[in-house]
Amino acid sequence: MLHIENLSVAIGDKQILKNIDLHIAPGEVHVLFGPNGIGKSTLIGTVMGFERYEVLEGKIIFKGQDITHIPCYERARLGLGVMIQRPPTIRGLSLRQMLGICGASENEIEDMAGWMGLSGFLDRSVNEGFSGGELKRSELLQLMAQKPDLLLLDEPESGVDVENIALVGRAANYILQSGTCSGIGCDRPCCSPDDQNPLAASKRSGLIITHLGHILKYIPASHAHILYRGTMTCPGGDPLEVLNCISRSGYEDCVNGSCRRAQ
Amino acid sequence: MSDKEKLKAALEKKAALGNDIDLSKFDDNDDVHVQSAEEISAAGKARMEHVGIELDAENRSGSFIQADNTALVQKVKPQTPLELMNTGIAAQKYPELVEKYWWKAVSADTDKYTAITALEEENGYFIRVKAGEKIKYPLQACIFISHEQQLQRVHNVVIIEDEAELNIISGCASDPEVDKAVHLGISEFFVGKNAKLTFTMIHSWGENVAVRPRTVSIIEEGGQFISNYVCMEKVKDVQMNPVTRLVGKGAVARLNSILVAPKGSHLDIGGKAILEVPGTRAEIVARTISTGGEVVNRGTMIGQAEGVRAHLECHGLMLSNDGYISAIPQLDAFTGNAELSHEAAVGRIAPEEIEYLMARGLDEEEATSTIVRGFLNVNIEGLPESLTKKIADTLDTFTLEKGL
Repeated sequence: MLHIENLSVAIGDKQILKNIDLHIAPGEVHVLFGPNGIGKSTLIGTVMGFERYEVLEGKIIFKGQDITHIPCYERARLGLGVMIQRPPTIRGLSLRQMLGICGASENEIEDMAGWMGLSGFLDRSVNEGFSGGELKRSELLQLMAQKPDLLLLDEPESGVDVENIALVGRAANYILQSGTCSGIGCDRPCCSPDDQNPLAASKRSGLIITHLGHILKYIPASHAHILYRGTMTCPGGDPLEVLNCISRSGYEDCVNGSCRRAQ
Repeated sequence: MSDKEKLKAALEKKAALGNDIDLSKFDDNDDVHVQSAEEISAAGKARMEHVGIELDAENRSGSFIQADNTALVQKVKPQTPLELMNTGIAAQKYPELVEKYWWKAVSADTDKYTAITALEEENGYFIRVKAGEKIKYPLQACIFISHEQQLQRVHNVVIIEDEAELNIISGCASDPEVDKAVHLGISEFFVGKNAKLTFTMIHSWGENVAVRPRTVSIIEEGGQFISNYVCMEKVKDVQMNPVTRLVGKGAVARLNSILVAPKGSHLDIGGKAILEVPGTRAEIVARTISTGGEVVNRGTMIGQAEGVRAHLECHGLMLSNDGYISAIPQLDAFTGNAELSHEAAVGRIAPEEIEYLMARGLDEEEATSTIVRGFLNVNIEGLPESLTKKIADTLDTFTLEKGL
């Protein structure tokens, strides 16, 4: 699905990422850990093609096509969908119109907004006056409408209150399942972390940045990576084990081997 | 000094704002250049439709068309309790109304433009809706210039009596063949107790036409005045600063404007609301865009009485590095208990907004025009749907043409 080869990226004069490799196969959901300010958002932004990130070397291949230098909207049309941390407000453009832009039909818009608890927001300007949690739900709602093949989520649970974490997690999972579970609120088989059934395998792919890992209860993440000092380490470890290792020993120790021993 | 002498003296009086226009360079006469609306050129008619004028007037309670200084159409839909006629004719018919209303809201000696209009024979429209009559369909008034170098004088008097309601669409345009001309439009609006007037003015003038509207509206107790102004095409020079006086308890005014200034346009557009008695409210919302032209957007709120509330919002979008936008909000409180606020912002489109939409699949051009349309998406009450659509279409063509 996504192959990143030897990718180095700068913002202005400052190099952020060095020789990154990452391979995400269809149906795989990868989790990206790492301290603040290390370049996790840069990686996602570069994959999406945001202008401020300059690719110094390396390649990004998506669905067999080299997308390293194509504009952002072409990547979106090819099937990349992104949730950024601080989406801007677009005054005068309603959330309903935005969902139409993302490709949802009228009926889908009503249903999906209902699931996300955003029915009352449809005729408000996109993101105008939204709380932190509302922003995340609105972003996921847009991605639900967009139906991307590869989901890029930058800290989907930050700013979300405890009550809504499950909703955010289920929504992300719903998108990864390509919308095959019977509704966002359904309890089985794919949506429930409390259920005895394991999470159903993902049909789409994902790359998710998370700090606390709450969302891992709701999505079938298969691989974990730690981005540390500009490079990717610990490739492919089990996400929950890697998370435990980081919580126990910190990033430094984890990268230096305790993570691998834990595997 | 007699009134006439005063007016003659005022002919030399420059306006407080705007470039001074040498009126002697224009044809100040009442020559008839077109005999009927049918005689207006096809391109001229297209312009009229563009500013919201329906030529068949089917969905209109009344229709008034003035070309240059001649009234061509003054027609009221049958069984509609509405009076509509040339202001000069109304003056002869109702001397008592002249006494009470003519030049009582706007002082005739305000400046040279009001003075010359007051001195000459009166053109423009007189509209009266008697007490309690609520007119369902909008009335349309078209002020059209067909003749090169024309000096057009218009004096409008609109009286909405107590509890009555009317929606006016005023479309002003010039024939595309006309290059230079001057339009002087003086309007006096009187909105009675619990009455409502919605007034939408759409301009589509020639590239070298200078425009000087002078409007004062007086709103009585519980009355509502909604004024919308739309100007999106190139025009040499428009200067206006309409005044709304809220003189009765609970009177409300809402003034919206949508302005687009292409290169070569100079717009100096204001709005002033004077809240003279307790419990009055006013709101001014302006959206201005420069694609290379100049816009000065003034807004003034004057709170003279206890418990008044007013809010002013001017947002400007620079779509070109050559243009100029100046937002000048002013708030004057003459009592401790006046709640006056404003919000002004001028800038370019934030790149992260464009990128956000591009990440949802729009190319740069589509993303930009979506943002511009959103920016201008002020909820304009009183516009018929066809007209709202027309404005949206104009925006679409405009954004596409500019290659945004």
